[in-house]
Amino acid sequence: MSVSEVQEYVTVTIGGQMFGIPVLQVHDVLGKIQLTHIPLAPPEVAGALNLRGRIVTCIDVRKRLGLQNANEAEDQMSVVVEHHGEPYSLLIDSVGEVLSLKSENMESNPATLDSRWREVSSGIYRTEDKLLVILQIDRLLDFAGSSVKAA
Amino acid sequence: MDDLLSEFLTETNENIGIVDAALVALEQNPDDGSQIDNIFRLVHTIKGTCGFLGLPRLEAVAHAGENVLGKIRDGELEVTPDVVTIILEAMDVIKDLLETLEQTEEEPEGNDQDLIDRLNDVAYGTSNAKAAAPAPEPEVSNVVELKEESSHEVSEAELEAAFQAAPGPDEAAADSDDSDSARDLKPGEVSLEELEAAFLAAPGPEMDAPAEPEKVEAEPEAAVPAPVAPKAAAEKPAAKAAPEGGQKESNLANQSIRVNVELLENLMTMVSELVLTRNQLLQMVRGMDDNEFTVPLQRLSHVTTELQEGLMKTRMQPIGNAWSKLPRIIRDLSHDLGKKIDLVMHGAETELDRQVLELIKDPLTHMVRNSADHGLEGPQERLAAGKRDTGRVILDAYHEGGHIIITITDDGRGLNVEKIKNKVLENGLASEAELENMSTQQIHNFIMRAGFSTAEKVTNVSGRGVGMDVVKSNIEKIGGTIELKSEEGKGSTFTIKIPLTLAIVSALIVECGGERFAVPQISVVELVRASTDGRSENTIEMINDSPVLRLRDRLLPLVHLNEILRLETSADEVAEKSEVKGSEEFIIVTQVGAYTFGIVVDRVFDTEEIVVKPVAPILRHLSIFSGNTILGDGSVIMILDPNGIASQSGENIVSDHSHEEEARREAYSSDKEAMLICRAGGQEPKAVPLSLVARLEEIDVETIENTNGQLVVQYRGKIMPLVTMNEHCKVAETGRQPILVFTDSDRTMGLVVDEIVDIVEDHLNVEMASNIEGMIGSAVIRGKATDIIDVGFFLQKCFGDWFGSHDKVAYGSSKSSQRVLLVDDSPFFRNMLVPLLSVAGYEVSTAENPTQALDMRERGELFDIIVSDIEMPDMDGFQFAEEVLKDERWAETPIIALSSHTTQQDFDRGRQVGFSDYVAKFDRDALMNTLSQTLRIGGGAK
Repeated sequence: MSVSEVQEYVTVTIGGQMFGIPVLQVHDVLGKIQLTHIPLAPPEVAGALNLRGRIVTCIDVRKRLGLQNANEAEDQMSVVVEHHGEPYSLLIDSVGEVLSLKSENMESNPATLDSRWREVSSGIYRTEDKLLVILQIDRLLDFAGSSVKAA
Repeated sequence: MDDLLSEFLTETNENIGIVDAALVALEQNPDDGSQIDNIFRLVHTIKGTCGFLGLPRLEAVAHAGENVLGKIRDGELEVTPDVVTIILEAMDVIKDLLETLEQTEEEPEGNDQDLIDRLNDVAYGTSNAKAAAPAPEPEVSNVVELKEESSHEVSEAELEAAFQAAPGPDEAAADSDDSDSARDLKPGEVSLEELEAAFLAAPGPEMDAPAEPEKVEAEPEAAVPAPVAPKAAAEKPAAKAAPEGGQKESNLANQSIRVNVELLENLMTMVSELVLTRNQLLQMVRGMDDNEFTVPLQRLSHVTTELQEGLMKTRMQPIGNAWSKLPRIIRDLSHDLGKKIDLVMHGAETELDRQVLELIKDPLTHMVRNSADHGLEGPQERLAAGKRDTGRVILDAYHEGGHIIITITDDGRGLNVEKIKNKVLENGLASEAELENMSTQQIHNFIMRAGFSTAEKVTNVSGRGVGMDVVKSNIEKIGGTIELKSEEGKGSTFTIKIPLTLAIVSALIVECGGERFAVPQISVVELVRASTDGRSENTIEMINDSPVLRLRDRLLPLVHLNEILRLETSADEVAEKSEVKGSEEFIIVTQVGAYTFGIVVDRVFDTEEIVVKPVAPILRHLSIFSGNTILGDGSVIMILDPNGIASQSGENIVSDHSHEEEARREAYSSDKEAMLICRAGGQEPKAVPLSLVARLEEIDVETIENTNGQLVVQYRGKIMPLVTMNEHCKVAETGRQPILVFTDSDRTMGLVVDEIVDIVEDHLNVEMASNIEGMIGSAVIRGKATDIIDVGFFLQKCFGDWFGSHDKVAYGSSKSSQRVLLVDDSPFFRNMLVPLLSVAGYEVSTAENPTQALDMRERGELFDIIVSDIEMPDMDGFQFAEEVLKDERWAETPIIALSSHTTQQDFDRGRQVGFSDYVAKFDRDALMNTLSQTLRIGGGAK
């Protein structure tokens, strides 16, 4: 793998912070959609939704990252990713653009970062105005009480 | 792969499977003519088809096998295990060859001369004496050597012999008419005329293309549908008779076709989608009045349903298909291991989705093998353990609440906890300290962990440590569960439960706490509308905060769905609602196994056909959901799993359910009993059997004194302690206080009650065990849920400490207490007598029924005296007494009968069968006296 390989990321904003998700992992971007609450599920699971006949499990990324709940839930969007053949949608505030970034510019997480963030982030890019935290989907979906790993 | 070849492989594999099973059956029942005919026919077909496709190696083996079978069929050879073994061996070789064939599409190199020789030995070696004449036989049979018969003048006898050696339509070639031209026909080969005749006779579809009739060398048995024509071909003017037979065959063949499973899967997915779309359309139209869509939609709905049902049927297969190989496996095992094994299969016709069937085939085979190998002991060991020398492996399959349950039971040695522990430690799966805290069940479950095998020696059958963990993960992969129950020395039972995922089921849509859920219709017994305020016919009553419902004189435990799911609309909102609209609730009566309970929900909607989709892996640990689906309106809905709810709602369902069974049995066996109904600490009625109450008293509150923190009253010149039912129950401030007086030999106790209500006579069926101290449980008495007071508890509470050190030992001054075994099917009496007896200084063990008691005997437990009920289901007290006397271990132990029937006849019969004494059930003093008397006599005699 060459060092100067270019990776493309979809940027999303959650609670004012910009995150990047590898573009090839993103299958869909959805607006507000009717969610079915799942009782007894881990708190990070926001519910399930119907995406063209497929049942998609919805993950509340804010909870996963230990952020406050969004004030106006109605504006929430989600991006659909696939993990081990299962679709998951990640609740986010808004979707930005697609950025092409050189992997050599990626910096490792600052040691002072919240452990929950460090857990799911593979690194950080410095863009012109903001910092971009790269999310690792498989780690994001691997939280306490989930059995993704085992699956 | 060539279509023809793949078809051949499927068919031949199938046939070999049948042959396997049939051979085993034949071995057990050698005289079964139809069995051997069937086997012969199948092997013959295999041979024929092999020849047709140009597979000489396969053909040679099949041919040699067929020879042996021919001898058996003609009665020239006896069916012995050796003969069967060698034929099975031949089948195995064929199987191996087929496997390679499947992979490489070519017959592997090599030859099987050794096996063929042995087969020939069996076929001719023993029968030589009998059919001495036919010298050329060996050659005839030996296809591989391709020995040509030099003699053209074949004698009639030789022909006969040849015919017998390798019968089949082709052999007709050797028939007299053709004998001159039979120049150097190899056996199994056909002359041109014959071939042509066969062609005319059997225009099977496979025939047309590949067969080349011109080529005389064309492999014999072109007549694939050989089985139809053997007779016809044997006679020369076959051509006339044959067409009919051939026609019939092809008609039959046309009635079923082989379809690629993938195609079916695709169809299934599409139908599922179709069903969902139909539901969506129906939902849309439902809101409108009559319009032009209604009728066509109804038709569409109908057709969809039928399509769906039809397609489901194509996917269903009896589980017996997965079991067909087992008899053979067990047979081989019993040979290899020198064990005698009976395989019993129940419910082979139980149908399940073929996809699921495929997936459980291997795990099942493995488990049966395990049971036979590890589970069952050798005959000597079995005999030594007092069992039959033949071990049993029992397979059972049945449907239950949308699941298929498969159990595999063996009556072998069971799991050895110590061995497992050692192994666990050895493999570092757990520490010693951890093991200490584990229940036997938990330890047993270790055998399903990776890298675990208890067998000390690795046999070629099992024991390589890649066993149960793989089985478990395979079963869990399809959403199933596996449970294990084992008793050392008695055997083990594995229970596999497989849900019918990927199936379309009818579900009831309910609402609870503002969320909708689906409940599979199959587990719903009925729906009940109930209220908490008595406005409706059905009322939810509370027993110590557990809701119950009286449903046709049975107590139905209830669970609130919102509590189970921890939904927010719990108590407050319900209470709010109840004020607004009179709290109407719906109860879904659900059955899980033998356990019936009610699920309380807010609303019930319609039923809808749903396609069960598995939940995301992230949620798979939630046992309360069996899946999820998309409803007609496009929303996602979770499907509730009643089993999950049952196990969430009460940890001890098993005991609950056994209680219920007990109660049910009792309902038939128990007589009516007089009960005293009273109220104490709350409005709910409480009951106590009248027979236990010595007196009812009303005492002046003034006379109650307090000594040592205990309320007492002077009563008949003695001090009688007073106890209250619970802290809510207070002694009245003024006036008179009703009390129930219980006596136990010279001890007397007063139980403070608020009010004595009534005395009623009713069946006493304790339907729900209680975990409240002082209560045995709840029963329906006079149509009301009533708590039953545990008198023994209060007696003990009162006297346990007081008299604990008192020198009041049951009999004599023996230091070790006397061991009493109490056998009574009624939990009520067991609960009542145990504290009584233990207060009196006996050490009491109980058994629910004679069988359990006899099990104790098996375990080597000894008792000084047995107290047994007479009226018990299955085995009554008289039979029990006879059983006890039969075995010398307990023969000396005196038995006291306990019965509500105390006629002279009963006494006589009791003494006859060996009861030492006979006591009326409610006469506690008599029982105590009898006990100590009997023990004194017995003790003196010892």
